Amino acid sequence: MRTLQVIETAYRATVEEQDDTIVWLTHAMNGAGGEFGLLLTGNAVCYALQEQRPPALALGGWTQSHAADPAADVASLAAKGVRVYAVEEDLEERGLLDAQLLDALTVVPRAKLPVLLDEYPRVWKW
Amino acid sequence: MSTALSFAIMDAPFENSRTVTMLRVIAEALEAGHDVNVFAYEGAVALSFARQAPHANAVHGRDAAEENHPLPRVWIESLLALAAKRGRRLDWVNCGLCVDERGVAEAIDGVRRGSPADFWKMSVESANTLTAGTR
Repeated sequence: MRTLQVIETAYRATVEEQDDTIVWLTHAMNGAGGEFGLLLTGNAVCYALQEQRPPALALGGWTQSHAADPAADVASLAAKGVRVYAVEEDLEERGLLDAQLLDALTVVPRAKLPVLLDEYPRVWKW
Repeated sequence: MSTALSFAIMDAPFENSRTVTMLRVIAEALEAGHDVNVFAYEGAVALSFARQAPHANAVHGRDAAEENHPLPRVWIESLLALAAKRGRRLDWVNCGLCVDERGVAEAIDGVRRGSPADFWKMSVESANTLTAGTR
């Protein structure tokens, strides 16, 4: 059964987890046989921005080996066949409409969200 | 068609009223005769940590017994007991990797370790699934 994952909270614990927890969960359940779409809303539309390179954390003598790269993780989901959407107005509010965004991204005006949501029997908001 | 319901929760204990709301919904689902699956993800795996302990509260002027401090593990035990009393199934699954990260493997009886694959399976086998992410 097709499920749309809706992510709004962005960069939550991405330093500790070295990924976005819901993007990671979607990868894991996709691997378990689930069929998913991913809708980025609010600050999470920033995950579609391809130019971001979050720096590795350094605390005292400890340096992180693998900084989170949510844009790459979302692109990897798209490469697995997961349709990725972002809300147009949320991109526009953040000045990202003309930025270098994920090639596979589908930009959806807020007014068209009901049509998109109707395509998925399950919608999970995170 | 199964009438089981699945829930995914994420918030750590003592942080957000969303958790209490979800547990109340779960209780109502059990009372209404539904089997219930719960996938505890990220901080929510600590909800069932067995070493949660009550304490006195000097500000309230009460000792530990009088304070009777609420503990999420006790709430979950109560839900498991409610499920048994109603003849329903409450399958509470903690994300194993999240448990390891937090060192909270010592869970109360009736709670098991699992993975996102368990969440996917339980959601497919349920009439519906409600998720509550962290904000």
